[in-house]
Amino acid sequence: MMKPVFMTYTKKDLINLAVCMVLSVLVIPSFITTEYWYTSILIPWLCLALATIGQQIVMGYTGQLALGAAGFMAAGAFAMFNLILRVPDLGFVGSLVVSGLIAAAFGILFGLPSLKVRGIYLMVATLASQFFIIWMIDKFGWFKNYDSSGIITAQDIVILGKPFTTPLAMYFVCLAVTTVLTLLAMNMARGSTGRNWMAVRDMDIAAESMGVSLLRTKVQAFAISAFYCGVAGALFAFCYLKSLEPVAFDIKLSFKILFMCILGGLGTINGAFIGAAFILLFPVLLNAIGNNVFHGAIDATIISSIEQVIFGGLMIIFMIYEPLGMAKLWENIKQKWKTKFPTMNIKNLTSSIGKKS
Amino acid sequence: MALERKFKIGKPILEVKNISLSFGGVKAITDTSFDVLEHEVRAIIGPNGAGKSSMLNCINGIYKPQQGTVSFKGKEIPNITPNIMAQMGLSRTFQNLALFKRMSVLDNILVGRKLHTKTNFLEVAFQLPKVKKEEKENRDRSEEIISFLEIEDIKNTPVGKLPYGLQKKVELGRALATDSSVILLDEPMAGMNVEEKRDMCRFILKVNDELGTTMVLIEHDMGVVMDISDRVVVLDYGKVIGDGTPDEVRSNQKVIDAYLGVEH
Repeated sequence: MMKPVFMTYTKKDLINLAVCMVLSVLVIPSFITTEYWYTSILIPWLCLALATIGQQIVMGYTGQLALGAAGFMAAGAFAMFNLILRVPDLGFVGSLVVSGLIAAAFGILFGLPSLKVRGIYLMVATLASQFFIIWMIDKFGWFKNYDSSGIITAQDIVILGKPFTTPLAMYFVCLAVTTVLTLLAMNMARGSTGRNWMAVRDMDIAAESMGVSLLRTKVQAFAISAFYCGVAGALFAFCYLKSLEPVAFDIKLSFKILFMCILGGLGTINGAFIGAAFILLFPVLLNAIGNNVFHGAIDATIISSIEQVIFGGLMIIFMIYEPLGMAKLWENIKQKWKTKFPTMNIKNLTSSIGKKS
Repeated sequence: MALERKFKIGKPILEVKNISLSFGGVKAITDTSFDVLEHEVRAIIGPNGAGKSSMLNCINGIYKPQQGTVSFKGKEIPNITPNIMAQMGLSRTFQNLALFKRMSVLDNILVGRKLHTKTNFLEVAFQLPKVKKEEKENRDRSEEIISFLEIEDIKNTPVGKLPYGLQKKVELGRALATDSSVILLDEPMAGMNVEEKRDMCRFILKVNDELGTTMVLIEHDMGVVMDISDRVVVLDYGKVIGDGTPDEVRSNQKVIDAYLGVEH
């Protein structure tokens, strides 16, 4: 166990953070010039990783099986749209925070069933949030500003009078927000808040006997989770989709985030980034293989079907052999590496890749 | 026990009056009353299925008895929940271990400090100075308990990986971390070998002696019970059949009958 040197971060964390920052702020912008990488990979990766952290808080840390992250993302995205439209004085960052808070309010509402139902039944109950929020946005024209086309263009991002419209600028916006929220999530997870969550996850009756209020802890986890999802949803709509349509936040996205959470590793923050990267990059990789190895001989629809099959298979394999996901796998590889080459000092470098923020 | 005690046994701190509890048609406890005095070591004994654990669960608020009242620190508690009791200063351990398995020993004990943690999640997220101060106090207290229980070498191990005897110790530690005035111990020595039992007895007496914590324990090993407790209450079929000092209970005919069986 290492002693934290700043806030809850150990020296190793700070080195990792520094490496990640150098990579993401200096190296990536100077080496990657194709827009495709920013608009289709890095920006959605950061947004979805942020939503996955939200899912981690409620599922990985607090042990509440919830499925409805995309619903909260939709709430965040449409709140953002309306705030910028109707309360322009808030500014981009202010609107982002308030849309997160609006999503958190929904999180509290739909987190209440967790007091009475658990496990798979809670999952069904939380599905209500998914359908309710999407329905509400569709039903009441006000949320879409009475736009008849169904797809609304997102407003341009303007922070302190400066426009952030290029892919690189949007990438930096996502990066900044994700970094700050990740660091805050780590503080919570490692502090007394995180201990309460995990106590409820591991043995709720004992937690209650220690004075941990189940009501407060569960609702708090749902609220914070929804806040993260809401902010992620706003970024997802404004930086990645650049448009707002409820269909983009359907149940499929919720499942995607759930898979990112499980594959990445339940109860880990860095697992959120690993899981999101894997699930986003995997189809890209398969497509590349399909195009370059088979030269288009395999139909794109077949490739996307194969993708589903492999995902399903991987989920099963992970559930059986490494329920703690890729983050744990990564830890194990590092451990093996360390015992194999004890003199090499690569641990800072290797662990940093996993904790990219 | 012959030595002068630092904390003299005082007035009743916990009173159980006419408790009746049944599950459907099965009566677990029938009209049971007893009290626990401040700073004493009180044992609840009885054959299997006598309702001992149910009794603790009623006191702690996990079960809601159909009849009867529980008074703690002179106040009758109308709607008992584990949380209310914890806040009033009553902590417990569980028969079948209820530790937070994926958390380390230190973190488990730190959860016991919950009621001494006043900062909210936002303050924790931003790690304000008062969070650091409070966290340090809680960690120091937890480390104290860890060294008191002599488990320093395993403090960073996830408790799920520890052997049974050590887990029982950690659970005692977690209950101690609450700084409660009463601790309920549900079979703290079940499944332990002689040496571990002796250790556990030592800790229970040490806690009682040094901190003045009132201990209520359920135990099967008669030798242990008679050695460490000030007073014993004997339950059988959910009823009190004996109550008094170990010597009184030992010579009580009803108790002897219940334990050894009686010819009909």
